[in-house]
Amino acid sequence: MAEFFSNTTAGILIVVVAQILLVVVPLLVALAFLMYADRKIWAAVQMRRGPNVVGVYGLLQSFADFLKYIVKEIVVPAGADRAVYFLAPMISLVMALVAWAVIPFNDGWVLADINVAILYVFAISSLEVYGVIMGGWASNSKYPFLGSLRSAAQMISYEVSIGLIIIGVIISTGSMNFGDIVTAQDGNLGLFNWYWLPHLPMLFLFFISALAETNRPPFDLPEAESELVAGYQVEYSSTPFLLFMIGELVAVVLMCALVSLLFFGGWLSPIPGLPDGILWMVMKMLLVFFVFSMVKAITPRYRYDQLMRLGWKVFLPMSLFWVVFVSFAAKFGWFWGAFARWGM
Amino acid sequence: MTQIDYTRAAKYFLLADFFKGFKLGMKYFFAPKATINYPHETGPLSPRFRGEHALRRYPNGEERCIACKLCEAICPAQAITIDAEPREDGSRRTTRYDIDMTKCIYCGFCQEACPVDAIVEGPNFEFSTETREELFYNKEKLLENGERWEAEIARNLEVDAPYR
Repeated sequence: MAEFFSNTTAGILIVVVAQILLVVVPLLVALAFLMYADRKIWAAVQMRRGPNVVGVYGLLQSFADFLKYIVKEIVVPAGADRAVYFLAPMISLVMALVAWAVIPFNDGWVLADINVAILYVFAISSLEVYGVIMGGWASNSKYPFLGSLRSAAQMISYEVSIGLIIIGVIISTGSMNFGDIVTAQDGNLGLFNWYWLPHLPMLFLFFISALAETNRPPFDLPEAESELVAGYQVEYSSTPFLLFMIGELVAVVLMCALVSLLFFGGWLSPIPGLPDGILWMVMKMLLVFFVFSMVKAITPRYRYDQLMRLGWKVFLPMSLFWVVFVSFAAKFGWFWGAFARWGM
Repeated sequence: MTQIDYTRAAKYFLLADFFKGFKLGMKYFFAPKATINYPHETGPLSPRFRGEHALRRYPNGEERCIACKLCEAICPAQAITIDAEPREDGSRRTTRYDIDMTKCIYCGFCQEACPVDAIVEGPNFEFSTETREELFYNKEKLLENGERWEAEIARNLEVDAPYR
């Protein structure tokens, strides 16, 4: 039996598909509840109750929404490029899901343990912008087109600083593998061993860039309800719209996972002595997601020129300086070797 | 060279506004909810609330409306249509009393104009329908409303009486 799964093509295929389902299904189920949590948190800050009718405390609200989207009619604009129009949401969702292949949830719990994992995530999240651009262009409509143009410029601008921040972490670790990055943060000081302490300024920069990268408020200019109605999603309805929405949220959760892995030690326990495990990873992701939701509730939207100014004139110089600083700190072992973990 | 405002710069780079906003957000996060659980809870209504119309009767069962048509005359939306004929006993009564609820603007002029408190706007505001036709109220429907809401309408009129 074991031979069948390790030697034959069909067996390997079954194992791979099973592993993929093991990641994607819990992820999508969790996503439904995260969507609900997002709305509840937003509502609570505004002193509203939020969804509370479907299921106990409204817990099944997202499933009701999914069902509603699926049974709605698909409306395609007359001038739309049909092939690209339907391809766009699929790309958006698939690119968001594909990145999860290299995200470890626990020591060794990872679909593809590749040595350039972080580069892979970075490349895939850059490709996500194509879903948005294609969706906006194929709709053959004004607002979606404006939204997709904004999205392209915004995502490219902030990817520059995200890339530089990641380089700082890579220099500290000496590896691009998430497993190695998390292991490098292990130590007998618990949470004070993690990268958030030496890389504190970059934690904030990364978080803010992640907001821009995933089109979350205050950088939701591609959707900008008040000016572009819903940006690139205007002409979408029914299931294609649902795919866009899920893809967007999967990307947000991916960013939560990245923040947990890069700066908060992934599955490592914050208190020395307590066992490490997937529970810590999930709790860290939830915490980051909570901050994501709070930011949505408390910040007003940036103006477009402010967004570009922040990206190119503040974040880029800061992260560029940080790369140089980390290089020297790691090379000469400043701060008791806090920046050079590859020797540990 | 321009003068740099260091306090402002420090606030900017330390995300002072963000943390302040976050604190404020958390304060309201745990604050009691301002909204009510509507279909199960309802907010308080003033005795003067102008909701769905009703035609009232006297305690002995006689219709109050005497077909004076003051309400029809004053209605700014011209939503009320009245026809009248003498009844067998010689009293003047309406044969038709229609209100087009889709035209009505709920100004309350009809109940102000009514000399016998026959047409009133009751406390009910949950009378949405699935078709437009159901909102063309006739005399029968209005009298039925009067019977259903009489207790509350009478109490509201009594509470509000000192101010009229």
